[in-house]
Amino acid sequence: MKSLAEQSVWYQATFETFEKSLNGEAGSEFHALRKKALAKFKELGFPTTRHEEWKFTNVTPIARTPFRPVPVGRSAKINETNLRLPDLTENRLVFVDGHYHASLSKIRRLPDKVIAGSLAEALKRHSAMVQKHLGKYVPFDEHPFVALNTAFARDGAFVWIPDGKGNDEPIHIHFIATGDERDLISPRNLFIVGDRGRLSVIESYYAMRDGAYFTNAVTELIVGEGATVEYDKLQDESLDGYHVSWTHSVQSSRSTVTSNLVALGGSIARSNIHASLGGEGCECTLNGLSLGTRTQLIDNHTTIDHATPRCASHELYKAVLAGKSRGVFNGKIFVRKDAQKTDAKQTNKTLLLSDDAVMDTKPQLEIFADDVKCTHGATIGQLDADQVFYLRSRGLDLTSAQDMLTFAFAADVVNRIHAKGLSERLEAMVHEKLHESRRGS
Amino acid sequence: MLEIKDLHASVNGNEILNGINLTVNPGEIHAIMGPNGSGKSTLAQVLAGREAYEVTRGEVLFEGKNLLELAPEERAREGVFLAFQYPVEIPGVSNTYFLKTALNAVRKHRGLEELDAMEFLQLVKHRMKLVEMDESLLTRPVNEGFSGGEKKRNEIFHMAVLEPKLAILDETDSGLDIDALRIVADGVNKLRRKDNATIVVTHYQRLLNYIIPDFVHVLVDGRIVKSGSKDLALQLEEKGYDWVREKAVAVPVEAKE
Repeated sequence: MKSLAEQSVWYQATFETFEKSLNGEAGSEFHALRKKALAKFKELGFPTTRHEEWKFTNVTPIARTPFRPVPVGRSAKINETNLRLPDLTENRLVFVDGHYHASLSKIRRLPDKVIAGSLAEALKRHSAMVQKHLGKYVPFDEHPFVALNTAFARDGAFVWIPDGKGNDEPIHIHFIATGDERDLISPRNLFIVGDRGRLSVIESYYAMRDGAYFTNAVTELIVGEGATVEYDKLQDESLDGYHVSWTHSVQSSRSTVTSNLVALGGSIARSNIHASLGGEGCECTLNGLSLGTRTQLIDNHTTIDHATPRCASHELYKAVLAGKSRGVFNGKIFVRKDAQKTDAKQTNKTLLLSDDAVMDTKPQLEIFADDVKCTHGATIGQLDADQVFYLRSRGLDLTSAQDMLTFAFAADVVNRIHAKGLSERLEAMVHEKLHESRRGS
Repeated sequence: MLEIKDLHASVNGNEILNGINLTVNPGEIHAIMGPNGSGKSTLAQVLAGREAYEVTRGEVLFEGKNLLELAPEERAREGVFLAFQYPVEIPGVSNTYFLKTALNAVRKHRGLEELDAMEFLQLVKHRMKLVEMDESLLTRPVNEGFSGGEKKRNEIFHMAVLEPKLAILDETDSGLDIDALRIVADGVNKLRRKDNATIVVTHYQRLLNYIIPDFVHVLVDGRIVKSGSKDLALQLEEKGYDWVREKAVAVPVEAKE
């Protein structure tokens, strides 16, 4: 599938097959959206490196592969032993190849009236509430992968927090891929948090075995006035797999959103996080950590849209790149004309562990208000020789000294995660991955 | 314990040490004094194994072993300790975690059992008192945000935990007020034993009022130009370094400044 025309024909045919499997749902409002999205996707095609947004990330391997959605019922044999961090919380939703797995899911500790479950189910039971928000914020007009997700979206996680309610026990959403070649997995998540509500949610993406499957996820997060959200995402896909995701949050006044992303997996992994600050006095924190090994390409794009006055945003993205891995960071901050007294700070730091690793970083600040405080800084470097010598002079061997410093660099991001027990578990995973990178590259 | 013979070292092609000879025996305290740029800190760093310095001639024996062949960590494990003039900040690594890793690496090398968390904590609490260190500095990242005095105290605290055979204190007095100076010096004195030795590198005589040296050596232009008892330090304080410089006829003039 080299040409755009071939790709277009393939996804049209694939869509028709997919449509037949939807039995009965084809007349729904959601399906009308799918059709519009497919048309848009065919028009846009996969992006190339000529697109400014994709300059450093070549998705040709994704574009050329004839992916197709995993049919319902094909699901592999799976049980609790296949779950990562199964005991992290009492609330979990499990999706296998994008399909809700009811018997592995359990919701045991949520306050009354809070809903956490499958989006497909919610579309039936709480149709009005879902339709009000689904697809209303994420713009597929400009983004081919969002259009592709929307066209093939069938299920995902749905969480609804009524006004004034909240969960202390995080909701952990597992997206497990079987790992078969050509699988297209299109999770579609919708989280709605009412005024003064509190949400702690974790998305984790991983595979049962290595393979060139493709996860193309979209998450919409709607945050009410004065609400507080911690959104944590662990991307640990197969090193042969592809991962593209779009997380779009829309905040009302005085709300606080913290997003923590840990990206370990994927052959090509692109994460987009878009935060829209649409009310006075919002706060938004975006933290990210990428660990690249072998020939991985890990790309993080963020956009913070300051549309209203007196909002603050803090952004810290770090990358550790070993082997021949590549990292990309692109951080956009818009400060619109009315967004006076904006306080925005962006930091991007990269540690290169090998001569063959490459980082492309691009801060992008567009400021149209005059009374604002915006700072950004990017550093790319190797381990500090003075620090290494200091540790060695006290008895640590070279490798231990390097590992200790590298781990500290990475743990700085992980330690910002508040969800119960998660940062400790992630620390262990980061440790393991760094250890592997030392052996493998 | 330590034998330095005709040691020459350079950095980026500039010769800084010009033939140092020095013997240190167990139980002794040696002070190395000298004007700025005389090579005092270079000597300390070369002994600790800093790779930026190239040893071009000479040898250093530590308990009969060729010290210059050992990696910095091997020197540390053999019992050499450098208290840094400018202790390095290590963000994200807690002081105790680092120290425990270091101590266990040293203990392992010496054929001792590694300490578990409880044993380590007991040791640490005891050694902290030697330098009157605030307990909060234990859990904070190594040296990060420490005041100048806290950093120097932390160096002596590390020394107290690691129990080196040979400690090299590089300008440990710089940046210390008189109270902190006394505390740090007391700590060093309490750690003094018959079987360990200390080299105190300093610009001023002040520290030597508290840590009484057995020998004082004056380093000028990368060579020891004069050695003597503790009284030499007082003479230097009074007469300045030009006094020894004038007397040191052997110093090549063009190598200066």
